[in-house]
Amino acid sequence: MLILDCPYCGVTAEETEFHGGGEAHLKRFGPGSSDEDFEGYLFHRENPRGVHFERWRHVNGCGKWFHVARDTATLEVFGSYSAQVTEPPQEIRDAITAKRPGWRWREFA
Amino acid sequence: MSTRLKEGGRRIDRAKQVEFTFNGKRMSGFEGDTLAAALLANDQVMMGRSFKYHRPRGVVASGAEEPNALVNLGEGGKFEPNQRATTTEIFDGLTAASQNHWPSLDFDVGAINAKLSRFLPAGFYYKTFMFPRFAWKHLYEPIVRQSAGLGRVPKDRDADTYEHYYAFFDVVVIGGGVAGLMAAKSAGEAGAKVLLMEQTPHWGGRAPVDGGEVDGKPVEDFVAATVAALEAMGNVTLRTRMMGAGVYDHGYMLGYQRLRDHAPAAKGPRHRLWRIRAGRIVTATGAIERPLSFAGNDVPGVMLASAVRDYVVDYGVSPGDRVVVVTNNDDAYRTAIAVKAAGLSVPAILDARAGGGGALAEEAKAQGIRVLNGMGVAKVHGKKRVEGVAVCRQAGEGAVEEEIGCDVVAMSGGWSPVVHLWSHCGGKLVWNDKYAMFQPNPEASPTGADGEGFVLAAGVAAGAQTDTDFEGLGLYETLRTAVRAGTQAAAELGFKTRDVALPTVSEHDEVAMEPVWLMPQGAGAKLRMKAWLDYQNDVKVSDVQLAAREGYESVEHTKRYTTLGMATDQGKLSNINGLATLANALGEAIPQVGTTTFRPPYTPISMGAIAGEARAETFQPLRRTPMHDWHEENGAHWEPVGQWRRPYCYPRKGESHAAAVAREVMATRDSLGLLDASTLGKLVVKGPDAGKFLDMLYTNMMSTLKPGRCRYGLMCSENGFLIDDGVVARIDEDTFLCHTTTGGAERIHAHMEEWLQTEWWDWQVYVANVTEQYAQIAVVGPNARKVLEKLTDEDISAESLPFMAWKDVTLDGVNSRVYRISFSGELSYEIAVPASVGRAFWGRLLQAGEEYGVTPYGTEALHVMRAEKGFIMIGDETDGTVIPQDLGLNWAISKKKDDYLGKRAQARSFMDNPDRWQLVGLETVDGSALPDGAYAVAEGTNANGQRNVQGRVTSTYFSPTLGKGIAMGLVHKGPDRMGEVLDFPGTDGKTYKAKIVDPVFYDRDGEKQNV
Repeated sequence: MLILDCPYCGVTAEETEFHGGGEAHLKRFGPGSSDEDFEGYLFHRENPRGVHFERWRHVNGCGKWFHVARDTATLEVFGSYSAQVTEPPQEIRDAITAKRPGWRWREFA
Repeated sequence: MSTRLKEGGRRIDRAKQVEFTFNGKRMSGFEGDTLAAALLANDQVMMGRSFKYHRPRGVVASGAEEPNALVNLGEGGKFEPNQRATTTEIFDGLTAASQNHWPSLDFDVGAINAKLSRFLPAGFYYKTFMFPRFAWKHLYEPIVRQSAGLGRVPKDRDADTYEHYYAFFDVVVIGGGVAGLMAAKSAGEAGAKVLLMEQTPHWGGRAPVDGGEVDGKPVEDFVAATVAALEAMGNVTLRTRMMGAGVYDHGYMLGYQRLRDHAPAAKGPRHRLWRIRAGRIVTATGAIERPLSFAGNDVPGVMLASAVRDYVVDYGVSPGDRVVVVTNNDDAYRTAIAVKAAGLSVPAILDARAGGGGALAEEAKAQGIRVLNGMGVAKVHGKKRVEGVAVCRQAGEGAVEEEIGCDVVAMSGGWSPVVHLWSHCGGKLVWNDKYAMFQPNPEASPTGADGEGFVLAAGVAAGAQTDTDFEGLGLYETLRTAVRAGTQAAAELGFKTRDVALPTVSEHDEVAMEPVWLMPQGAGAKLRMKAWLDYQNDVKVSDVQLAAREGYESVEHTKRYTTLGMATDQGKLSNINGLATLANALGEAIPQVGTTTFRPPYTPISMGAIAGEARAETFQPLRRTPMHDWHEENGAHWEPVGQWRRPYCYPRKGESHAAAVAREVMATRDSLGLLDASTLGKLVVKGPDAGKFLDMLYTNMMSTLKPGRCRYGLMCSENGFLIDDGVVARIDEDTFLCHTTTGGAERIHAHMEEWLQTEWWDWQVYVANVTEQYAQIAVVGPNARKVLEKLTDEDISAESLPFMAWKDVTLDGVNSRVYRISFSGELSYEIAVPASVGRAFWGRLLQAGEEYGVTPYGTEALHVMRAEKGFIMIGDETDGTVIPQDLGLNWAISKKKDDYLGKRAQARSFMDNPDRWQLVGLETVDGSALPDGAYAVAEGTNANGQRNVQGRVTSTYFSPTLGKGIAMGLVHKGPDRMGEVLDFPGTDGKTYKAKIVDPVFYDRDGEKQNV
């Protein structure tokens, strides 16, 4: 059971307070998009062994969605940050680079 | 004969006699005895029968690893199967019964399986029960079910209580042996908040039995002094009878405390499950001795050497007069010396090592014990008791050199560190070739949120260290690694630590063990078939070798094929012997074959402890509407809907549910019905962008809705599938009230929040779930308006409050919001009042409606009436694969909008396609009701040989209004096939014939609701 920090209410809490929401930083494709783009948006997900970016919601708490960067193999948490961004902020990327030099995730590094 | 010795027994109090029964026979023991010790003291060597062959089995171990001595404990609400006699403390009145035999332990019919063992090899189930196909259901399964399982399943409700307990510590030390004590002391002295837990009732582990001295005094004194020092420390918590059950992510762990198993008369919960967050966890879990694999190593009386020593020293019990020791290491010599010291005889020590042992061997020889080097056991004589052993050369194939009569064989194949808790959360192991054991790799500890390792191993559980001159598993090394682990744990958490002076230790130097995976090493097939690896599940050396020959290379596959390590002891005792046997058969090194996965809990924990307080009423909160008590007082038959209870119907005395439903429907259609609709979800969506937001959420246009009006809306997932429906009312320019289904309120609220927070976070919208703020009552039927007019002077005429409008009205002095919407097809008002006055208002409506024969109706009448009208129900007509277009709801999908959730998905080729199952009405030819969920069959069969299908029933009822069965269903291209008759085979063997019709069965033009 993980421990996560909610960046909104500042609480460090047990995983049971939160609910996972899958991969972060998906770009929505709506009407008019190609079949490939829409398929990718709906169904294709990263499944890395290592650095990953996820959406979480503080369900049994402040109710806010946020993002978490963590390592799926070691369970190390690099940081949590706002859900209102379209890509990982620089300080989170730096924190990952400090621990996992040369990391890549989708188009981010 | 096994018996109580005249003297000795560290753990028992001979002044306190305890009476108990085993298989109905009265026996007595002493306070401090385990059940296994007390049974041995009463000459009860045979304690159970094995799972597969029903072989007679005696106790083999003295602790948690015991595979054989499992008993049914207690009676009635206190009954519990599969309890290990070795970890069960006896108390006055304990009742135990042996398992897996019929009619008696001594004479068992199932033992015939042993005679058939030639025909019951590894993978027997997979090989034998495959054909013919029909035989599985009628022949094999009933037989397998009869003979499967060890203990009985409890029949009564558990009479005890259990609890969960949350705790936070800097350092948790698991295991209260000398290593655990020392680790806890080191961490505690640094100032860390420490929890030390020990699964047995005793501190000190097995060190006091094994001997040696610390600071010139017996180990026992050192243990007592250390415990006293720990008890004096305010930052250290000590708990016995508490097992470290599992280690999980980020320092989470479970402690399983058995509070009253030994004292059932005491008050309070029986077990307590500690849910702990620890900064660091120290595993000081010791080691478990391995059996040796020789023919007949399962005959009652063959025991682990350490267990024999424990029974003699700890409990003053003699397992037998003559004990032959067979070993591949020095430690087992301690057993010979202890047995001899108790006045019993040791006819021989068979040391498989050609070079023999070290200092301990010399001591044994000095006491006149005969030591035979390079020798082993060819086979054990005896069936229900050991009668003797045939001695052979370990290097050979089992030619008998000598016969030795004995009652007990004390065997030792070396020791395996208990690495379970280290491994639970991903800690890696390394193979120690010299000691032939897996041990924790300190470089690969499980990691916490900060990426640092959070588990440290201490003592023997850490294995043999290579960073020291004092290599080995001895007492000094145990203390040294324990101090190191405790200090390191505290230091890593930021506590100031200082060098701890290690006590001086005197102990025997030991000569290295030599791995012995089969005895004798060249044993032939006949011997291998009697050499047990897994005692409880009857897996022998020959079985694992057969699996290897049949192509099983992965240890995980071999485990499942042979059931090696799948018994209740989960391979604690002897899995390593099986892994080594597999490695040898495959010609690979043991570390290449690897281990199976260690999973929590360490030993089985009670279901009660897992449930904790969450049982009966407290299992799940029950949501009650403001009118709940009235329903209860008026005989409601309840239907669970989510966490709510809703009245299904209100049967009168002697009235069947079906009759009650029919009465409620007819009364509503004819005059006046009342429904408690409070459970419907109510979400307020407010803000300048609320309309724009709802246009994205609903398939139809909500932003054009006028204040004061209502509109039915559909919600889809981004996948295009229908997820909820309900009526939306526009309160003012910025405010909407969205009704959801009863089960959907929280889900749809979360759905809205998700999109607002993660996609359209710049839109100015706020959502609040006000479901429980209102009591909502549907007033339904031709007389609905009349009854409301009795309660108000305000204008609620058809002109002022038309269909699909809402209005704030004061009804009988209560501020009410009246929505004129209908889910029944009748003239209908849904009235929302503050929850606090809901119950009173319901009473007032009943009073006012009395002259119209007002009839409260339940969910089933609601369902019948909506089905008569062809209204869909989320969860009946939808199942997560249905799009609105399938349900003929195109009218509720906006063509003008550029976008809404699900729009793109519904344009996919297989969605935007007439070749789908679509909603129709179904009417049986004979007027009966179709079975729920029945499928309409088509011509031909599919690839699995099953009938092809072309549709299914989604809702089916008997309509009292129409006097016949009505149904809705999804049928392949259904709307184009009106009038066609389909076959619906029922589970009752009958085939129902039903005609495809329009789904609206009643008042097609909506004249009744629009008056």
